[in-house]
Amino acid sequence: MEAFSELLEQLYFTRGTKAKATLIEDYLHRTPDPDRGWAVAALAGELRFDFFKRNTIKALMLTRTDPTLFALSYDYVGEMSETVAHLWRPEENKAWTTPLPGLATLVDQFAVAKKQQVPNLLAQWLDVMTPAQRWALIKLGTRGLRVGISARSMKHILANYGGVSINDIEALWHGIAPPYSTLFSWLDGTGPKPDIANQVTFHPVMLAHPLDEQTRQKLVIKDWQVEAKFDGIRVQLVSKPSGKALFSRTGDDISHAFSDLLDTIDHHCILDGELLVMHGAKIDTFNQLQKRLNKKRPSSSLMASLPAAMMVYDVLQYDNKALSHLPLSQRRSALQSLMAKMANPRLHLSPCYDVTSHEQLALLHHSLCKTPENEGLMLKRKDSHYIPGRPKGIWYKWKRDPLLVDAVIMYAQRGHGKRSSYYSDFTFGAWEGDTLLPIGKAYSGFTDADLKKLDNWVRRHTVGRFGPVKEVQKKLVVEVAFDAVHLSTRHKSGLALRFPRFHRIRWDKPADEADSLDTVKALIPPSSHHGD
Amino acid sequence: MHPEHWMSVEEAGLFCRPANLYIDPMLPVTRAVVTHGHGDHARSGHQCVYASALTLKIMTTRYGEDMAVSPLPLRMGESVVLGDEHDPVLLTLYPAGHILGSCQVLLVYRNTRLVISGDYKRRDDPTCPPFEVIPCDVFITEATFGLPVFTHPPIEQEIQKLLTSLRVFSHNCHLVGTYALGKCQRVIIALRQAGYHKPIYIHGALEKLCKLYADEGLELGELILVNDVIDKQTLTGEIVLAPPSALNDRWSRKLPDTRTVLASGWMQIRARAKQRQVDLPLIISDHCDWPELIQTLEEVSPQEVWVTHGREDALVYQASRMGFKAKALSLIGYEEDEENG
Repeated sequence: MEAFSELLEQLYFTRGTKAKATLIEDYLHRTPDPDRGWAVAALAGELRFDFFKRNTIKALMLTRTDPTLFALSYDYVGEMSETVAHLWRPEENKAWTTPLPGLATLVDQFAVAKKQQVPNLLAQWLDVMTPAQRWALIKLGTRGLRVGISARSMKHILANYGGVSINDIEALWHGIAPPYSTLFSWLDGTGPKPDIANQVTFHPVMLAHPLDEQTRQKLVIKDWQVEAKFDGIRVQLVSKPSGKALFSRTGDDISHAFSDLLDTIDHHCILDGELLVMHGAKIDTFNQLQKRLNKKRPSSSLMASLPAAMMVYDVLQYDNKALSHLPLSQRRSALQSLMAKMANPRLHLSPCYDVTSHEQLALLHHSLCKTPENEGLMLKRKDSHYIPGRPKGIWYKWKRDPLLVDAVIMYAQRGHGKRSSYYSDFTFGAWEGDTLLPIGKAYSGFTDADLKKLDNWVRRHTVGRFGPVKEVQKKLVVEVAFDAVHLSTRHKSGLALRFPRFHRIRWDKPADEADSLDTVKALIPPSSHHGD
Repeated sequence: MHPEHWMSVEEAGLFCRPANLYIDPMLPVTRAVVTHGHGDHARSGHQCVYASALTLKIMTTRYGEDMAVSPLPLRMGESVVLGDEHDPVLLTLYPAGHILGSCQVLLVYRNTRLVISGDYKRRDDPTCPPFEVIPCDVFITEATFGLPVFTHPPIEQEIQKLLTSLRVFSHNCHLVGTYALGKCQRVIIALRQAGYHKPIYIHGALEKLCKLYADEGLELGELILVNDVIDKQTLTGEIVLAPPSALNDRWSRKLPDTRTVLASGWMQIRARAKQRQVDLPLIISDHCDWPELIQTLEEVSPQEVWVTHGREDALVYQASRMGFKAKALSLIGYEEDEENG
């Protein structure tokens, strides 16, 4: 545990992926199995259970400290793990004994502990750890490690460690489990490559880059396959003789939530596409899909009224034949014949558009942006292989321009993580008569310099506080960008914005010139008025 | 008479009406008392300024000879009578243990004693006499680190971290951000006490104040201006001190392979260190940590506690729990840049 805590500490403060990779590789070399495998799992976000819940830690902490002081500390530090790491006072001078058990031993202890034993076990370890070690244990146990290592960079590090290709690691990744002993014996050259051919596993998806104007003008149109960008969620459907599953783009298994779709699949293949609510060929809004996404086990009536369907745009495997190394043009023809063979009313082939000039492309984008079920268009190189991750210059998304309104900042809250102790979460509102009604919250879209200025502004313009939330003078106007607006009963204003973020801070603009609620309502797409 | 009838918070800062005296005012005033030389407490342009001789010297170093019309040095424990001679206010300074020259201010009016502690700490500091506990009715305290998450480790331990890093990263220039007044000299002395006797390189902004400390007899060892180093590559493996604002500034780009170090009480919160792009945070503070704040309230044991700048909510709450009447004074303007933590 000491080595792991030290590694985290170094990773946290080290800048640059390369330097971080060096630290991790060094750790892998000098740490035995199974400790290093658990460290890899923790860093890559692959731990599948929480050792303890955040509430357990909080309850435990409150047995050792005053609730108000805890709340004020947490509000300031902005992070539970670190607050507890500093606030924890060991019982009767037990402090800081070494050596601590290895990482794997700790994982095992928490894995087998009964629910009511967990608080004692946790307290026992917190008592003998340093603040840095406590932080590591809590981060580990709540699966909240954020030290700037993505799952993808972890795979790069493993590939580098074993001298194998990253694609091999990617292909294996979802078929192996922590502590990855078989993987390490292969990487160390002491065992065979793990065999995962028959497992129903997620294959990391290929992602698109946003398309900027300059790049767009340079595209040679005939080299690109043009499709609509659908406003649903990205999914991967895996069907094998051993079973089938539906995965989200991050690899979460969402099969149970969409059994109405999955039950209809009887061919063996891996399909990439967009999950949508569809009534026959008619695509319903994202707002309606949201109702399905919120239910892990939907009722049959919900499944009947909002049936799940998939707009399929790629095929990775068919009848146990991998297709990802073929160019897109060939995968597309394979997909067309597969779709014809399956003839499944829940599976729709994403249409390709015949576009030969930049003018046509612009017109198509314009018309696709006007339909609520689309949010722009996709451009994919016809010769592109299916490469997991976000390779450069191969797939592009050209999204609709965001909607903009001028809103007034009403409340502010301190941020978390990197922004802890800065006021960085803002609730903003629009005018109804001479009252402001909150229409949304935004956390992003400003620079670090803006953040400092905003933080300072909040401190100087606070008029009240409700717990961690500060009410500010209704003076500051921000131009807020968002992707869509819908009616919603959850908010007092009756509106819900999708992905609101700061576009510009209007330090100059008087608050009474901000937009009215009616202006915002006018941006609701006509088809969604019936919903919610 | 209760101080709430003769003390108030005005635009320029905390004001004692019967003495016509501002404490650490932010704007030019006719009569001020300045607790210590940090820029957010000591401003130029006042008419009369009471302060310790060292604080006045620091102010002159920073703002020039005409920093005030009449600088009026006071010795520790020496009293001066202000206001109406038949209804006087007695002003006395006592050590605060914060930085060279730092003082607490005792005001006595109509048998009521008010102590304004300014910024203070309770740790040993070779650059100034320790904080003195002055009995009073109302105690005004800062709360820079007024949350129980703040417990500052011993400075020796933090200096060891720096020395270890120098050994491990011997090919890096260690650029240490230290506030120019107080923190810088305390870090230098702690390095010397830990056995580090090589020259220490400094940013030009630290020069005058280091000289002032050396003139006061504090042994800082050999200091070399970075600007006087012709071949900057020779700074590999050396310690360079600079004000925190210079850490990520153009100035630091001329240094070879820097490892960024910052010495501040804020460094205990890792996200803070991260925000400043610090590779090695050192928790070194010239303020009280939480246990010291509580210790001080216990020892001073006033009737009432007023809390100024910092995390005032928590300290007001804690003081009330301890049985003191407590309130927050909203003084704005102090600790804006958080660099003197």
